[in-house]
Amino acid sequence: MAKRRVRLFFPPALITEPLVWSLGKHFDVVTNIRGGEIAGDSGWLYIELTGEDDELDRALQWTMDKGVRVDPVEGDIIAG
Amino acid sequence: MQFVKGLVCRECGEAYDLAPIHVCELCFGPLEVAYDYAAIRANISREEIERGPQTVWRYRKLLPVGDEPIVDIQTGCTPLQRADNLARVLGLRNLYLKNDTVNPSFSFKDRPVTVAATRARAFGYDTIACASTGNLAASVAAHAARAGMRCVVFIPSDLETSKITNISVYDPTLVAIRGNYDDVNRLCAEIADRYGWAFVNINLRPYYAEGSKTLAFEVAEQLGWRAPDTVIVPTASGAMFTKIARGFEELAEVGLISPSVPKMGLAQAAGCAPIVQAHEANSMTIRPVKPSTIAKSLAIGNPADGYYCLKVIKATEGFAGSVTDEEIVDGMKLLARTEGIFAETAGGVSIGVLKKMADAGLLDPDETIVAYVTGNGLKTPEAVAPSLNAPITISASMSEFDTAFAEATAGRLRGAEVAV
Repeated sequence: MAKRRVRLFFPPALITEPLVWSLGKHFDVVTNIRGGEIAGDSGWLYIELTGEDDELDRALQWTMDKGVRVDPVEGDIIAG
Repeated sequence: MQFVKGLVCRECGEAYDLAPIHVCELCFGPLEVAYDYAAIRANISREEIERGPQTVWRYRKLLPVGDEPIVDIQTGCTPLQRADNLARVLGLRNLYLKNDTVNPSFSFKDRPVTVAATRARAFGYDTIACASTGNLAASVAAHAARAGMRCVVFIPSDLETSKITNISVYDPTLVAIRGNYDDVNRLCAEIADRYGWAFVNINLRPYYAEGSKTLAFEVAEQLGWRAPDTVIVPTASGAMFTKIARGFEELAEVGLISPSVPKMGLAQAAGCAPIVQAHEANSMTIRPVKPSTIAKSLAIGNPADGYYCLKVIKATEGFAGSVTDEEIVDGMKLLARTEGIFAETAGGVSIGVLKKMADAGLLDPDETIVAYVTGNGLKTPEAVAPSLNAPITISASMSEFDTAFAEATAGRLRGAEVAV
């Protein structure tokens, strides 16, 4: 089983959507929220996903397709 | 390590032993190095530092290393240049430039990388790695060469040839990745997770970031052991910005300067200014942006330390500003023609924001201001070249020269070509 630690950034339109619940429902991944904040019209979550590599890829692609920004918890890794 | 207590989470305060880790297992907050300041205070002096090497390693007791051999390419002790010509143009009277264009790989990145490479070797790694569009890659590759370590560098596949040369000359394994920026970013995170390498700005980030404190240490020492009133720092991930502030705090904490942290001024390119935008919106939430700027070395749309930068700005009553690409080029040219420093685009950002603040009357003309210039102009000549005067071309004739020179100095022939 692989793990991915990511930061999800929710735009205003998705703030009220139960996306983490949907992730666990639609894909064979374990979701584990570790931190986050909802401030006004946007929000973010630190989340750890556990599952097979392919399933994690599919789950994260689905999340991005929904309009959620997915980044490594480290933020941008490519430096100047 | 005599003066280092371990790592601590910046968010929840959880403590960890020194290890190549960077994220808190509990809350995923960033880890940073914790020092025993009382012990350092009892064992450090200005005189001892002044007798030390002409490199960042004169501040060794304030860096996360022990007695291990350091990986050193002679970084640091770069000039703090009093900039009276530029100051006159801007209506200021005590302006200084911290000229980090002259580091061994021509950018400030040598500061964090010398610390990260030293720790990498001490942790037993044989491979050092990074993902970069230029400055970091060159510095990592240079340090790996010096240390005799294997080096793997990831770059976007569309990187300019001149930048690739600046990296590949040190003979790393250079991997160009096709895909958009976010794809490349995510892949590098996965590679870092999977391969047992020392990624300087990922698993070694707590140590790597500490190297940037030397930008504060040197400025304070060069000013005669005092902090300036205001600094302006070109900012991408925010690590350098927060560590410069921390550097001044630490010097006070160990008794080397009187307690004072400068007003911290943060400078970004308008085409990638998520921290400035949050500051202007009076928000503590960084909204990631898609970078679009000539200042490639600052093009980080989702800055890891953005939130902490906002906290530093508030705590020091500092400011944040951004400049357009045109203003960046103007800043590069202004710096070069007034002070003889050819900086890369990030330097243009620093000088551009300095000018903007001065023009708006937001800087006290008498206070001591330091603008950080962090990379060499030869890294990004294409940014400024199209707006420079072309040479005056003449045949080998004295009369032709007399005429051309007279006309040029009268301002009528800048960039024209004389027919033979």
